[in-house]
Amino acid sequence: MRKLIRRPEIGAVAAFLVTYLFFVVMTSGAGFVSADGTAGWLNLAAELGIVAVPVGLLMISGEFDLSIGSTVGMASMILALGTRYFGLPDWSMILLALVAGGGVGLANGLAVVRTGLPSFIVTLAANFIVIGGTMGVSRLIANVTSSSVAVSDPVKWLFAARWDQANIAILWWAAVALVGWWVLSKSPFGSWIYATGGNATAARGAGVPVDRVKIRLFISTGVAAAFVGVIQAVQWNSGNATYGMGYVFQAPIVVVIGGVLLTGGYGTVVGVVFGTALFGVISTGIFYTGWNTDWVQLFLGALLGVAVFANTQIRRLALQGR
Amino acid sequence: MSEPLIELQNVSKHFGPTKALTGVSLAVHPGRILCLLGDNGAGKSTLIKVLSGYHPPSAGQILWEGRETRFSEPREARKLGIATVHQDVGTIPLMSVGRNFFLGAEPVRGRWPFRRFDSGHANRVALEQIRAFGISRVEDGEQLVGTMSGGERQVLAIGRAMYFGARLLILDEPTSALGVKEASFVLKMMTQARAAGAAIVFITHNARHAMSVGDDFAVLIHGEIAARFSRGEKSREEVLNLMAGGDEMAELEEHLEGIH
Repeated sequence: MRKLIRRPEIGAVAAFLVTYLFFVVMTSGAGFVSADGTAGWLNLAAELGIVAVPVGLLMISGEFDLSIGSTVGMASMILALGTRYFGLPDWSMILLALVAGGGVGLANGLAVVRTGLPSFIVTLAANFIVIGGTMGVSRLIANVTSSSVAVSDPVKWLFAARWDQANIAILWWAAVALVGWWVLSKSPFGSWIYATGGNATAARGAGVPVDRVKIRLFISTGVAAAFVGVIQAVQWNSGNATYGMGYVFQAPIVVVIGGVLLTGGYGTVVGVVFGTALFGVISTGIFYTGWNTDWVQLFLGALLGVAVFANTQIRRLALQGR
Repeated sequence: MSEPLIELQNVSKHFGPTKALTGVSLAVHPGRILCLLGDNGAGKSTLIKVLSGYHPPSAGQILWEGRETRFSEPREARKLGIATVHQDVGTIPLMSVGRNFFLGAEPVRGRWPFRRFDSGHANRVALEQIRAFGISRVEDGEQLVGTMSGGERQVLAIGRAMYFGARLLILDEPTSALGVKEASFVLKMMTQARAAGAAIVFITHNARHAMSVGDDFAVLIHGEIAARFSRGEKSREEVLNLMAGGDEMAELEEHLEGIH
């Protein structure tokens, strides 16, 4: 029991199970538990989840990234304009989009460690700079802020393959979660992430390159956001500067619901995955109940409040665990 | 007496016009505990930072095993085996005992890309090390350090430094935040580290703690060494008076104790 309570994800797993069962009962016969219904909430969770995992790691290191939203849109526009307007090869444009995403992360990371300003503000500013920049440059080049894409079949398969209702993004989410879990729980770098968020001074004293840890994590969130931008552009056959804006707060929300401590130093990838899954279940579950989907936001808000409270209690218990 | 491990000769340190240290000379020997006594603001923290390589001295020199040395950064001092354990910032509360113990020097097993943190080894060694210093209440290396008491954390931090081959231990007020029992635990650990051959600088403003384990003593007042003596040369009253800069501190303390 003590071992169980020490797991930061325990709250998210319990909340997921309860919520899932709630919707199973409420939607009985409406197809929520069918293969299609399951694919529905997994699809929704997957794209958010690809960003949420690195955002979770970054938050455990004690930093925020609110620029992920506009990075998604930027990446989709790079792919769209590059392939449609300039007719450049899709692979090189995908690579360029990912590098640009990493570049946004690098800029965020450098700005945060050099200035010592709160990353909340730095990346919030970056979010507006990136979306504004994307729109402005797109207008200058092609006089549009959205555009269709032109990609080859292998690219379509890799980023937007579909089996019945299930998107390939679910597999990408699983892969990202697996890598994130390995890095955080198994690799020495994981200890550095926890230590950086838990007590940066002590970490520095023990020889952990705190600044480099943060910069690397900022780069990973940027690349992950760009990756989702590519997925969405290929899936919907268009790029748009406003893609991904919903993620700005959805990602930190599911991370916190997943048991990551807002001030850093505590949390797991398993928790983040369940927090994201919970988001998917609520967002699509409401639809299957036949209620107005406007209730989704209310649900999420309440859940966030409960999660923060519950996680504080759980952490207190973990620290008492003698 | 053996050769000093580290020696400060006439070290001064000022920050702009502020003189933090003036003409400080002291020597720390392997297998001995040097107690550095002083009130708040006497320059103890600056002296720690000079010893551990955070601040280069403005004047004077540092000798390491008899040879003049300049540390350009703390990492160099660490490489020589200078370990500083701070009162409160040594450990990370929401991290496991094993991960804390090996932070920054994680043992790994397996081949890349499957090279991973060897938590079994880390937990086992961490537990062995703190057990050797008498902590038996912690049974699981996965336990969060936040569940340990202040004294236990201090022991973990000192044990960690010893395990990684520290030759000079700088302990910054290791006992001041602790209860009586916990403090004596940490003091006992210091004598064990001394027996293992470490040179120890024990910074404290608690004369009783200092006199119970110290071999050599230096009293720091306004950035200068006001007195220097060895074990048994001065009584506790004399030491207290020295620390307070000659005021009749001992009398005052006795008076206060009489009130209780």
